Amino acid sequence: MGVALTRSAQWTAAGYGTGTLETTPLNEALLTEIVTFVESFSYNYPQEAKFVFVEPLTWETNLEPSAFESGYIVSETTAKSEEVDESGQPLLFLSVPQIAVRSFGQLSQLLAVAKDTKLKEAQACIEANRDPVVKILGSDYGTVQEDTTALNILDNFITGYDHESHMKRKIAILLKQLDLHLLNHSLKHISLEICLNPVNFKKDIELLQRLSGRGEETVLESIDYTSDYEFSNGCRAPPWRQIQGEICYVLVKPHDVETLCITCSAEGVFLNGGKVEEEGEIDYERKGEIYKDLVTFLKEKSPVFSENMSKQEVRFSEQQQKEHNEETPKKEESKRMPGTNVDKNKLEKNQINFGKTLMTKRLEPSLNWRTNVDSKDHKSSSKDTQEEKQGKHEKSSASVSAGRAQLLRKGTEKIEEVVSESSSESEEDEEPPDHRQEANADLPSEYWQIQKLVKYLKGGNQTATVIALCSMRDFNLAQETCQLAIRDVGGLEVLINLLDTEEVKCKIGSLKILKEISYNPQIRRNIVDLGGLPIMVNILDSPYKTLKCLAAETIANVAKFKRARQAVRQHGGITKLVALLDCAQTSTEPAQSSLYETRDVEVARCGAMALWSCSKSHSNKEAIRKAGGIPLLAQLLKTSHENMLIPVVGTLQECASEENYRAAIKAERIIENLVKNLNSENEQLQEHCAMAIYQCAEDEETRDLVRLHGGLKPLASLLNNTDNKERLAAVTGAIWKCSISKENIIKFREYKAIETLVGLLTDQPEEVLVNVVGALGECCQEHENRIIVRKCGGIQPLVNLLVGINQALLVNVTKAVGACAVEPESMTIIDRLDGVRLLWSLLKNPHPDVKASAAWALCPCIENAKDAGEMVRSFVGGLELVVNLLKSDNKEVLASVCAAITNIAKDQENLAVITDHGVVPLLSKLANTNNDKLRRHLAEAVSRCCMWGRNRVAFGEHKAVAPLVRYLKSNDTNVHRATAQALYQLSEDADNCITMHENGAVKLLLDMVGSPDQELQEAAAGCISNIRRLALATEKARYT
Amino acid sequence: MNRKRLQKLTDTLAKNCKHFNKFEVNCLIKLFYTLVGKSAERPGSVTGLDRNAFRNILHMTFGMTDDMIMDRVFRGFDKDNDGCVNVSEWIHGLSLFLRGSLEEKMKYCFEVFDLNGDGFISKEEMFHMLKNSLLKQPSEEDPDEGIKDLVEITLKKMDQDHDGKLSFTDYEKAVREETLLLEAFGPCLPDPKSQMEFEAQVFKEPHDLNDM
Repeated sequence: MGVALTRSAQWTAAGYGTGTLETTPLNEALLTEIVTFVESFSYNYPQEAKFVFVEPLTWETNLEPSAFESGYIVSETTAKSEEVDESGQPLLFLSVPQIAVRSFGQLSQLLAVAKDTKLKEAQACIEANRDPVVKILGSDYGTVQEDTTALNILDNFITGYDHESHMKRKIAILLKQLDLHLLNHSLKHISLEICLNPVNFKKDIELLQRLSGRGEETVLESIDYTSDYEFSNGCRAPPWRQIQGEICYVLVKPHDVETLCITCSAEGVFLNGGKVEEEGEIDYERKGEIYKDLVTFLKEKSPVFSENMSKQEVRFSEQQQKEHNEETPKKEESKRMPGTNVDKNKLEKNQINFGKTLMTKRLEPSLNWRTNVDSKDHKSSSKDTQEEKQGKHEKSSASVSAGRAQLLRKGTEKIEEVVSESSSESEEDEEPPDHRQEANADLPSEYWQIQKLVKYLKGGNQTATVIALCSMRDFNLAQETCQLAIRDVGGLEVLINLLDTEEVKCKIGSLKILKEISYNPQIRRNIVDLGGLPIMVNILDSPYKTLKCLAAETIANVAKFKRARQAVRQHGGITKLVALLDCAQTSTEPAQSSLYETRDVEVARCGAMALWSCSKSHSNKEAIRKAGGIPLLAQLLKTSHENMLIPVVGTLQECASEENYRAAIKAERIIENLVKNLNSENEQLQEHCAMAIYQCAEDEETRDLVRLHGGLKPLASLLNNTDNKERLAAVTGAIWKCSISKENIIKFREYKAIETLVGLLTDQPEEVLVNVVGALGECCQEHENRIIVRKCGGIQPLVNLLVGINQALLVNVTKAVGACAVEPESMTIIDRLDGVRLLWSLLKNPHPDVKASAAWALCPCIENAKDAGEMVRSFVGGLELVVNLLKSDNKEVLASVCAAITNIAKDQENLAVITDHGVVPLLSKLANTNNDKLRRHLAEAVSRCCMWGRNRVAFGEHKAVAPLVRYLKSNDTNVHRATAQALYQLSEDADNCITMHENGAVKLLLDMVGSPDQELQEAAAGCISNIRRLALATEKARYT
Repeated sequence: MNRKRLQKLTDTLAKNCKHFNKFEVNCLIKLFYTLVGKSAERPGSVTGLDRNAFRNILHMTFGMTDDMIMDRVFRGFDKDNDGCVNVSEWIHGLSLFLRGSLEEKMKYCFEVFDLNGDGFISKEEMFHMLKNSLLKQPSEEDPDEGIKDLVEITLKKMDQDHDGKLSFTDYEKAVREETLLLEAFGPCLPDPKSQMEFEAQVFKEPHDLNDM
């Protein structure tokens, strides 16, 4: 009862010690339950009722001594029981108004005496004894450390089995039961009430999402839930966190600060420990102050948010108001006539109604997780709402009531852990809506036949069950009508129940059906809902291989969506499935022939199938690895059975998205076998192998391995078969990643792969195009290949692809075009096709990656185009666009734009134009950065831009000089060279020289003079000489 | 029984039994005589397990419950129809029980189910064997309707030539398609769990292995 009391009972805010119980329906219900328990105690457990409490329960009573009758010694102000303990102390002692009771027997008698005031007495007792269990059983049994209780009891159990501890243990168990009962009871109560808060958070987050995005105007870069799964009560936190009042977790990326992981709880909004990378889980610990709502929180954390928010505020509140007009017209009323009681009631009623409609909107309120707002708090929250409304209309209503309404903490049993996962989920993850067949719809004859069979399943013995199962398999189980019929007549429950029996034949029959019907996504979901997965996971331990196989195959079908995969993992399924893989090597084929035996290889195959399905979740990948799956998969990869290889390679390919796996795959010499299987006849196998290579070849060593094992040739030859698009996509992907290594490119050229790739630039789906273009982009880093691409007519299709919308494709296309543009001859073609204009227009693309890639591609274009200056000027508004990109907050974009500006500024006229557009202050503003890539290109841009007018002076005025000096402390020689050149240019201005000198540039530059890099030497020396000359001139001026 | 006779008996029986090795035969013979008990050692009387004793073993060791099926199993063991299972019948029967191939088991099961031994399992026989397989639903007017329906379902599933009864060919074909139908009309083979337990118990290495 301790847990229920501390967690569920609604104490007033007074805190510990003197807390009193509020009069709420929930508390009343709890008290009634406790009273019933105590009353019936001496009747139900006569032995235990005599047990003497370690400490008496004492409280102030309203009972008069005279109320006690037989069995008590009564005087005017005292009453004591005739029943005494071993030392002669009475078990009940009343000395008005204090009462002390020391056994359950006395307690129940007392309640009998109290009659009508039972509840009051019980309440007073519990208020005065905050942890009754400790008093009754001693501190060992305190519920404060509820987790250790069981251990302590066990301890007692082991050390001494005396009568007293035995009794204590019994009572402890009884109390525990009561506790559980109370929790369940309170849960029922809670579920009857309404939830409001998750709705508010949801609205807040939805609104912020609408106002978020990449642009400059938005308030945030992104705001997302950590979990896609929403419980029926609107919360997204796992149930055991919901107990703490937590509702959901959001990842917020503001423009100016790091990603924040935020907990939205009933108490308010606070920063938590963030996402733990490996676990995919959240560190729930609070790491900062509690704010009353998301908007306030973010305003505090991010200045940009606060700034943009105030801009948005007007629109924001308008939107809010509109929403409110739709949803709760009565709220408007209360706004207009503030302060009247009628309004308050209306508003409250309104909110309740709102909550109710929300409840009815949810189809299945089956989960009892409904946090509530009790009536009292309801009032206060609505009052708050009203006050705030009166005060400041412009304030978003989302922020008004969100954090305020006090959500109560509800103690409940800790149920199954539900954790959000981040994973490479596929499209099949979406849980389809449940279509129950309409009762009145015309049902096919199969429906009735199946219904009959299910009846026999339910009411038959083993023999009848087997017959019914076999007969059911004669229906076309691949047909949805039959699948749904089995479910709708309650067959799934029976089939799953059969799995829990001892009958091997029934289990086999049932699994054979489940395996077939679980191809249906709805059925999968139903199987998970009915708790089928844990049972199947258990069957994986069965001694009968047929059963193991069937269970694994069914799991493979069911685990096609996230929740199912999670269930498999949480019930230890991954380890068991991995163990199935081991069958093929360890055990020898049994001599005895049994009906339930099957080949070990088959078992391993089924295990691999199931793992393949499971491996689509991030945490499962990790679990497979931890269970030692990789060496086993590597072992299985050596077989030559195609139907074994496909799931094995499939699993590896899924898992190769993880860094850990790629390392392991390299270590286990898996690449060799992947390459071998590229030569297989089976297209699916080829596809998965190529896919796995694609995933792994991010790593340089792996790329080399692919080459050393002769994988490049089959890849190149697979390019010629373009019918199977999935395979083509995988193969081109593998080629793309492999071609990052120079040696591989040479091989590909040998195999004439580049020509083939160019041929694939047209009439292919986007997945293929992305990879083909990516591969060409890598190949074109080499001079010979650029010529090949040009000669094969690759430039035109590449330029044509610049008008696409696929982000990944655009990034690759711009890169490839940029690579081609290095060749002046190719550049002429690009220019003729108007490729530069297309690239330029991609600077307006919303994706920063595309912007950056386009800007990088522009650099060689400008460098190599004839009449580059004229060409650039011909793009109306183009220069302004480029300059404005310097306001971006993406480092890569900035670096690429700086590089582009460096090239643009080579033309005096263009330099003049960009100066007019304010390039100098913008560049100066960027100067304070630690990113070496940006530093290098920024310094180059600065040194170029110095060449115009009074730009040198302007850089000084905009305080760009001092930060530049600090660049010299970087470790990157490229940065040094660019910086020295920029400083040399800037040092032409006297004020800049002074700044440099003040910032200790001379010493740093002196070091640079000793560098082997000639350009750097020269620039550093030039700069020093400028500074020195100034010093000399000053001195001269002083003495003359 | 003295050691010499046991040795001899073991040798003879092991020669005729393809599924057991000598050691296993020896164990089973020993078990047989333990089960038969001392009474059977009296000269003149037939040494063997009578119907009741055998049914008792089926029930206790192999978890069978259906009286009629157990009777049929007894008949299956008692090849010479003398009303008791002798040691050779015991070894042969168990060899099928524990190690029989699918073919042997099909043959045996069909014999068990063919109650009148006419080579066919008729509807009546099926009805007879299945009559206790469904929970009686009080609501139903004809309590046998479910059973009749079940018989029809079984026929539909197994009667390949549609003559309204099951020949061995029908049965064999159906079982080869779906092994679960081997014991279609009631459990007449040990379930795998009790089989494993039985083997583990009987075939455990004895301490006095040396004297064999």
